[in-house]
Formats: sequence, structure tokens, C-alpha cells
Amino acid sequence: MGKLIVFISGLLFGSGVTISGMVNPMKVLNFFDIFGTWDPTLILVVGAGLLVTLLGYQIIFKRKAPLYAQSFRLPTSQDIDAKLLGGAALFGVGWGLGGFCPGPAVASLVFGRTESITFVIAMAAGMLLTKQYQKLQQPKAGHTSS
Amino acid sequence: MTEFTPLSGLLGGGLIGLSAIPLMGGYGRIAGASGIFAGLLTLSFNTEFSWRFIFIIGMLIGAAWSGLFFLDVSSLVFNGGPLTTIAAGLLVGIGTVLGSGCTSGHGICGLSRFSKRSLAATCTFTTAAVLTVFITRHMLGA
Repeated sequence: MGKLIVFISGLLFGSGVTISGMVNPMKVLNFFDIFGTWDPTLILVVGAGLLVTLLGYQIIFKRKAPLYAQSFRLPTSQDIDAKLLGGAALFGVGWGLGGFCPGPAVASLVFGRTESITFVIAMAAGMLLTKQYQKLQQPKAGHTSS
Repeated sequence: MTEFTPLSGLLGGGLIGLSAIPLMGGYGRIAGASGIFAGLLTLSFNTEFSWRFIFIIGMLIGAAWSGLFFLDVSSLVFNGGPLTTIAAGLLVGIGTVLGSGCTSGHGICGLSRFSKRSLAATCTFTTAAVLTVFITRHMLGA
């Protein structure tokens, strides 16, 4: 049952990024182009998404645990550090260059365009490289951190 | 030019928001696309892999069916050549791992939990994207 829930969630997500137009890089880039060919659609996408999730989470977090798993798995870190902001900045530059963020990019694979495939392979490479780098850094962190 | 499409924007956005509810309420996870996808790349075939795999399959089927009814696939326009696409993909991959999330994880789920980290990340990546588009379109004229 848990797995069916996960599948339905994926189904909703894939439908949402497609119907909203976020799978179209040009539409996303036009949203960022406030001083040019501005397309405000993305405000409504994120606004509607935020409102629905916010209301849903209010109800969910009244419970002690999810229905089909032992506990809620939430990030524990509270620090706004250079890693968070630097990473977000790099992501933003990539988003502004290609018009794709991870969800719509992966979803767009089904439309069979070469650019989607190229983007997702490059994204996967970037993710793997960074994870590998973080793994190498980790044992050292204990000695160097002050 | 792309047209302002408020109705499909609201409907699509609402569905993205809705997707986060069963994943948290049922399975206790944040519906963050970058984390879910990056978790697949480890190729260690345990339960951490399988739920992510199922989510991505659902996502692809969702995109495929809604693409049939709600999207003119020929209207998809990509930016720049292959080098731009590769650079963009690499930056998105590196940035979302370092910054622990993307539009869905920080921008939807994180803000819905009133996470200060997600607020900082969302402001940062949106500003960076606006600046990047401004520089490439209006200063470099690409």
C-alpha cells in the first residue's frame, strides 16, 4: 500500500509539471525574464503548489507518523551556511541557463527530445561527482573543522 | 514568447502541491525531485532505491498521459546548443546536491514546513536564475 501511495504521488507530480508548462524550458526562462518577454505563469504554479502542500502538511503533521511508514523523514539541519547558499546559487545559474529544474527535466524525458536526455545525463553526472566529492571530504571533516 | 497560461498554471501547480501530500502522509518523505532522483544514482538496490524508482516511474507515466491531452509537445523550446545544455545540467546537478534540494524540495515542501533553510535557498536560486537570464539575454544578447 505504501508503494502504491508513492506511485500515485509520482503520477500527480509528473502530471503537474507537464500541465503547468514547466517541462517547457522557454516558458520557465520567460518567467525569469522580468525585463523582457515576461511570462508570469510560474508564480501561479508555485503559488498553487505551495498553498495545497501547506494545507496538506498542516493536517499530516497533526499525526505522529505517516500511515505506511514508521516516521516522518525530515531534514534536521538548521544552518544557513555557504554550502546551502552556494549550492542554491549554482543551481539557479543552471536553471537560468537551461530553463530546466530537476523534476520537469526528468519528466520531459518521455517526450523524447535529445536536449532532455543530454540535460538529465549531465545533471546525473553533476550529482554523482558532487556526492563522490562529499564522500572524500567527509573523513577529513573531523580533523579540519574548528 | 510564451503565452501567460493562468489556468493550466494553477491546475499544474495544484497537482504538484497535491503530490507532496500522499508522499509525506503515506510514506513520510519530502517530494523533492532532485533528492529522489539523486538517490537513484547510487544503484544500491535496497528499499531506499525502490520507493524512489517507483516515484520516478509514476512521474514519467504522469508526464506521458498528461502530455497527450494538455501539451503540444512541438511547443517545447530549448535554450542554446548542446554545450549550454550540458553546462546547465552539470550546474543543476552539482547545485542541488550541495544545496540539498531544488524547486520542489525547497520551494514547495520546504516552504510549506516553514523551513528557514528552504526560504534562503529558494530566494537564492530564484535570484540567481533571474540574474542569469538577464545577463545572457540582455547583456550578452544570446
